[in-house]
Amino acid sequence: MSAHQQGTGSAYFIDTKKQEIETHTLAVIAENQPGVLARIIGLFAGRGYNIDSLTVSETEHEKHVSRFTIVTTGTAAVITQIKAQLDRMVPVHSVADLTAEGNFLARELALVKVNGLGDKRIEALRLGDAFRARVVDASVESFVFELTGKPDKIDQFISLMMPLGLVEVSRTGVAAISRGIEVLKD
Amino acid sequence: MADEELMTGAEIVLRALADQGVAHVFGYPGGAVLPIYDEFFQQEKVKHILVRHEQGATHMAEGYARSTGKCGVALATSGPGATNCVTGLTDAMLDSIPMVLITGQVPTHLIGMDAFQECDTVGITRPCTKQNWLVKNVNDLARIIHEAFYVAMTGRPGPVVVDIPKDVQFAKGKYTGPEGVIVKSYQPKTAPNVTAIEAAIDLISKAKRPLLYTGGGVINSGLEASKLLREFVALSGIPITSTLMGLGAYPASGKEWLGMLGMHGTYEANMAMHDCDVMINVGARFDDRITGRLDAFAPNSKKIHIDIDPSSINKTVKVDIPIVADVKQALAALLAEWKKRGVKLDAVSLDSWKRKIDQWKSVDCLKYKPNRDVIMPQYAIQRLYELTKTRDTYITTEVGQHQMWAAQFYRFEEPNRWMTSGGLGTMGYGLPAAVGVQAAHPKSLVIDIAGDASVQMTMQEFSTAIQYRLPVKIFIVNNHYMGMVRQWQQLLHGNRLSESYSDALPDFVKLAEAYGGTGLRCSKPAELDAAIMQMINTPGPVLFDCEVANLANCFPMIPSGKAHNEMLLGADVSDEDVGSAIDARGKQLV
Ligand SMILES: Cc1cc2nc3c(=O)[nH]c(=O)nc-3n(C[C@H](O)[C@H](O)[C@H](O)COP(=O)(O)OP(=O)(O)OC[C@H]3O[C@@H](n4cnc5c(N)ncnc54)[C@H](O)[C@@H]3O)c2cc1C
Ligand SMILES: Cc1ncc(C[n+]2csc(CCOP(=O)(O)OP(=O)(O)O)c2C)c(N)n1
Ligand SMILES: [Mg+2]
Repeated sequence: MSAHQQGTGSAYFIDTKKQEIETHTLAVIAENQPGVLARIIGLFAGRGYNIDSLTVSETEHEKHVSRFTIVTTGTAAVITQIKAQLDRMVPVHSVADLTAEGNFLARELALVKVNGLGDKRIEALRLGDAFRARVVDASVESFVFELTGKPDKIDQFISLMMPLGLVEVSRTGVAAISRGIEVLKD
Repeated sequence: MADEELMTGAEIVLRALADQGVAHVFGYPGGAVLPIYDEFFQQEKVKHILVRHEQGATHMAEGYARSTGKCGVALATSGPGATNCVTGLTDAMLDSIPMVLITGQVPTHLIGMDAFQECDTVGITRPCTKQNWLVKNVNDLARIIHEAFYVAMTGRPGPVVVDIPKDVQFAKGKYTGPEGVIVKSYQPKTAPNVTAIEAAIDLISKAKRPLLYTGGGVINSGLEASKLLREFVALSGIPITSTLMGLGAYPASGKEWLGMLGMHGTYEANMAMHDCDVMINVGARFDDRITGRLDAFAPNSKKIHIDIDPSSINKTVKVDIPIVADVKQALAALLAEWKKRGVKLDAVSLDSWKRKIDQWKSVDCLKYKPNRDVIMPQYAIQRLYELTKTRDTYITTEVGQHQMWAAQFYRFEEPNRWMTSGGLGTMGYGLPAAVGVQAAHPKSLVIDIAGDASVQMTMQEFSTAIQYRLPVKIFIVNNHYMGMVRQWQQLLHGNRLSESYSDALPDFVKLAEAYGGTGLRCSKPAELDAAIMQMINTPGPVLFDCEVANLANCFPMIPSGKAHNEMLLGADVSDEDVGSAIDARGKQLV
C-alpha cells in the first residue's frame, strides 16, 4: 500500500476528512467482573472513540459472562483499532463486528411520555397504534408508550410525537444479535 | 497437602511471591500494608528493598525487569503510596515492561467512606495497567496474585496492580499454588500464521532494498529472539536498524548495523528507511518518533510487521503482511522457511543498496566539533563507552539530550543492557532504574547516564543505593540546562529560553557526600579518562558531576513534521538553520 493511502492515529498530518465515517455494531463477551465496564468505557474515552450506544447485561449467570452491545462510529481504520483494543483486554473473551459480518438484528426499547389533551392526545394514540407501541401507563393528561424496534423506528416515533406533547423519553440502547444459526463464541 | 492449610492474606502474599520465584520487592510501608510488612520480617526468601519514594520503587522494578527478563515487583501502601506509583505504572505500560504492583487498601467495610488514606486505586490505575484487581475475598487472593504474574509476563508484557484491603490481609484463607493458572478470557497468540510467513518470504526474496526495523519487542521476546535475529541477518545480509527500545538486540559492532533510527537516529538509518523497498518490522510499533511525517514515511516500501499485539498492527501505518506472533517464534519460522527454500537475495541489487548505504554512512552524521577546553557531551559518552565496554556493564538513562547522546554514542552488544524510558519519557527514571538493575546484578557495573535536571526528580533513591550497598554510578552530563527543552526553544521559540536554565543546582559532590556516597567532578577533557576510571574503581555508589558544554545541541534531528530525508545534521548546522527548521505546522507537534 502506498504511503499516500495510509495514516491514522499519529500526531502527524492526519487527514480524517478524507475517510468515510462508518457506524458499526459490536458484540463483546467479557467476564462479568467488577471494573470491566469501566475499562471498556475508559478505553473509548481515553482514546477518543465514539460511543453511540452501549448496553450491557449478564447473559449467562453460570458462566459469569456479560454481553456488551456497542454502537460506534469511525473510519474503517478506527473501527479496526477499536476491535483490536477491546479484544486485547484481559477480561474480554471475544469481539464480533456484527456490521461487518452482515446480517443481524438490532432492537431497542423506548418508554415515551406524551402529555396533552383533546386532538393531540387522540392523534398520539393513533400514531402509537400505527407503530405498535403499547400504552403502559395512562392518566387523563398523559400516556406512556412502550415501543420496541430498530433505533431508527424509535427515532421516527419520537420525532412524530414531538409536536403532540412529548415530554420525556427513556431508551435502553441497542441489543443486537446475528441472524441464522451463527453463534458468537465466548 | 500444604496447599490446604489456612493462612492469613499477608502470609499468602509472601508465599505467592516466593512461589513465583521473586527475589526482590521494592517497597515502602504504611498503615494499609503493615500486615504484609510483618510477614516480610518473619521470612528470608524474598528480600525487601526500602525505597525513598514509591515512584522510585516502580522504576526499580522496571530496571530489574528489563535487565533480567523477569517480572519486577513493587509494594506500596494505600492512598498516597498508590498514587505515587502512577508514573511508574504508566511508564511500564508504554514501554511494555512486566511489573506487579501490590498496594494496600483500607478495610473493605470502609471502602467508599472517604476513609483515611483511601483512594480508588483500581480506578486511578485502570488506564495505566494491563489489568488490575481489588481483592475482596481472601480465598481469591492467591489465584489473583498468580494470575497477575501470568498476565504481566505473557503476551505483550505490562504492569498490573493487585489492591488488597487490610482486612483481607488479616483474614485466613486457602492458598493455591501457581500451577495451572489460566485466564480463560486471555490467550495471547504467539505462533505465526504459516501463510503469512510464506508471503513474507515471497516478498523478502524479491527485495532489492530490504531493511530490518527492529524494536523493543525483540528484547521482550527474550535472549533467544536476539539470537535468531542475528542469525537471520547473517544469513540474509539484510541491513538492520533499531528503535531506542531495541538497542542491543543486534550488536552495534555487527556488519549490517546502521545505528538507531528516528528523530535522533542516524542519517544512514533514516535514509535507508525512506528508500527501502521491503521493510521488515520486528517488534516495533511505528511510533511517531520513528515515522515523522506519515505521508512521506518509506513511501515506496512494502511492509511486513511482526507484533504480538494485534492492536499494534495498522495502528498508525498500514502494513502489507501482518504477522501476529511472538518475535522468536516468528523469526524461527522465517528462518526455517528461508532455509527450506534456499533463498538468496539478488546479489547485484543488494550490493548496490549497500553501496548507497555506505555513501550515507560517509556523511558521518554523529560528527561534532571537538573541543580541547570543555568536555563535549558526546565526548563524555564516547569516553564512558570506551572505558566500560569490556566490562560487564548495564546502562540506564534519564530523559533529555544526554539520553539521546547515550543512544547514539554508547554501543550495545547485547540485549537487556540498556534501560531507558522511551514511551513516556520519564525524567527521574534512570537513577532508581539503576538501583533496580544493580539489585539484580550486584557484581556488575551499573551506570545511570543522567541529566542535571532529571536526576533531581528521584535523587533521594541515592540513599536507597547507599543503604543496600548497591554501587550504582550516576554519571551526570551536566549542561546546566534542561538541554532538550532549551534545544526545542531554540528551534521553535526564537531561542527564548523560558524556564529551562537549571538555576541553583546543588553541589553534586557535596550532595553525594551528604548521602554517605562518593562525589566526583570533572570539567576538563584531559582529565576525563582518569576521573571515569576513578568512578569505576570506587566500590560504592558515586555521583559524577561531568561538567559539559552548556549549549550543545543533539543532532542529527528530524524536525517535527518533516520527512526522513529532511534531517538536520550536526556539525554544520548554523543557528539560522536551527531557528527556521520547523514550520508553523510542525510547531504544533510534540
Ligand atoms: C526525548 C526522546 C526522544 C526519542 N527519540 C527517539 C528516536 O530518535 N528514535 C527512536 O527509536 N525512539 C525515540 N524515542 C523513543 C520513542 O518515544 C519510543 O519509545 C520508541 O521509539 C518505541 O520503540 P518500539 O517501536 O521498539 O516500541 P516498544 O515500545 O518497545 O514496543 C514494542 C512493540 O513490540 C511488541 N511486542 C512486545 N513483546 C513482543 C513479543 N514478545 N513478540 C512480538 N512483539 C512484541 C509490542 O506489542 C509493541 O508493539 C525517544 C524518546 C524520548 C523520551
Ligand atoms: C517528568 C518529566 N517532566 C518534564 C519532561 C519534559 N522534559 C523532557 S527533557 C527535559 C529536560 C531534561 O533536562 P536534563 O535532565 O538536564 O537533560 P538534558 O536534556 O540537559 O541532557 C524536560 C523538562 C519530562 N520528559 N519528564
Ligand atoms: Mg541538562
